[in-house]
Amino acid sequence: MKRLIFFLILVVGSARLEAHAFLKDADPGVGSTIQTSPGEIRIRFTENIEPAVSSIQVFDASGKEVDKRDLYLDRSDHALLKVSLPSLGAGTYKVVWRVVSVDTHVTNGSFTFRIVR
Amino acid sequence: MKFLSLFFLLICAVSEFGAMGRAFGHGFAGARFFPATLSTDDPFVSDELSLPTVSTIRTPDNGGTRETDISVDISKRITPDFAIEIGDSFTVLNPHEGRAANGFSNLELGGKYQLLKNGEHEAIASIGLGVEVGGSGGRSVGADSFSTWTPGIFFGKGFGDLPAAVRFLKPFAITGQVGIAIPTSASTRSVTVAQTGEQEIDVERHPDVLEWGFALEYSLIYLQSQVQDIGLRAPFDRLIPLVEFALETPLNRGEEGQTTGTINPGIIWAGKYFQVGVEAVVPINERTGNNVGVIAQLHFFVDDLFPHSLGRPLFGGNK
Repeated sequence: MKRLIFFLILVVGSARLEAHAFLKDADPGVGSTIQTSPGEIRIRFTENIEPAVSSIQVFDASGKEVDKRDLYLDRSDHALLKVSLPSLGAGTYKVVWRVVSVDTHVTNGSFTFRIVR
Repeated sequence: MKFLSLFFLLICAVSEFGAMGRAFGHGFAGARFFPATLSTDDPFVSDELSLPTVSTIRTPDNGGTRETDISVDISKRITPDFAIEIGDSFTVLNPHEGRAANGFSNLELGGKYQLLKNGEHEAIASIGLGVEVGGSGGRSVGADSFSTWTPGIFFGKGFGDLPAAVRFLKPFAITGQVGIAIPTSASTRSVTVAQTGEQEIDVERHPDVLEWGFALEYSLIYLQSQVQDIGLRAPFDRLIPLVEFALETPLNRGEEGQTTGTINPGIIWAGKYFQVGVEAVVPINERTGNNVGVIAQLHFFVDDLFPHSLGRPLFGGNK
């Protein structure tokens, strides 16, 4: 048993601890309903992100992309990606993201939020 | 052991600074993360290590025998779509009457090829071939002297493509397997000599067995990140409640249709580098047993622990 524990410590200890990036939280929130148009979409991931090969797109109900295509990484938090939005009307919007974490793992996902007036 | 461990560490440390590429890795199909299930085989190929899986249950053998297994399983991708697997168990048998026995079960080897991965529909399918190597385990714990080959198919499907009207069903997913275990020996004979000197010949028949099972999962990870943030925080936002069905149905040699198996409700917590899971093991009928057992597993995502070395396919890069 001591050998097994020693082996496990070596395995974990020698690893470069980086992982798949999961969505940690978002603003507007996943599945949320809000009353005013947000100025941007903010998604915080569980890992630091490579912004050059990542994307966040926002689509309206007709499938038209409505974001400003200016994806950028937060200066102090490299796990926080943002994309700006114009003023949006009432409706349901779909946020589609695909990110590459710094260890090159790719993950993707989507969620919706709704604006009501 | 120490030398091997240090050698292993050295290889990892050197190769971690190797080539860069984009990696997908364990259990993903689109936005769906499929955890490694405890009682049925996974539909995906990956670099992973289950160490240990511990299970204990009282079986009907010999008037009631407590069987405890401690297992290790390793899977390594050779190419992005093909992986080899190796596993073994240490088994402890404590019969109601008689002497306890322990020893290693037969070595299990396997290969799995991923035929399909569809991100949009969160679907995945693989074919595989496993072999239990006869004679590699201890006879005292019932390890067979003959090998058994098991070709099978494996599948996984997330329900994320359901319509928005039933969005709270989207976190559901199902994985499953169907295979036929084909023993290389149809029967074995054992001869016992009574005190009177009389010989008694016992013939044990080994039928082909349909091995089938599935796991129904509800991913709170998926719920939180794809459907609705309901405010769950760590560690609850990483939980995946599930129920597994692990079943066996003999197909011939006088045992046709005598299905045995277990229904295993439980829960998995999936972190960044490992997951832990625990399930109750509930026999489906008296043939299987009358007592509830338990299975627990610690499972490492090698592709996340060693993304640039052991966690990559040996050939063909990542995709």
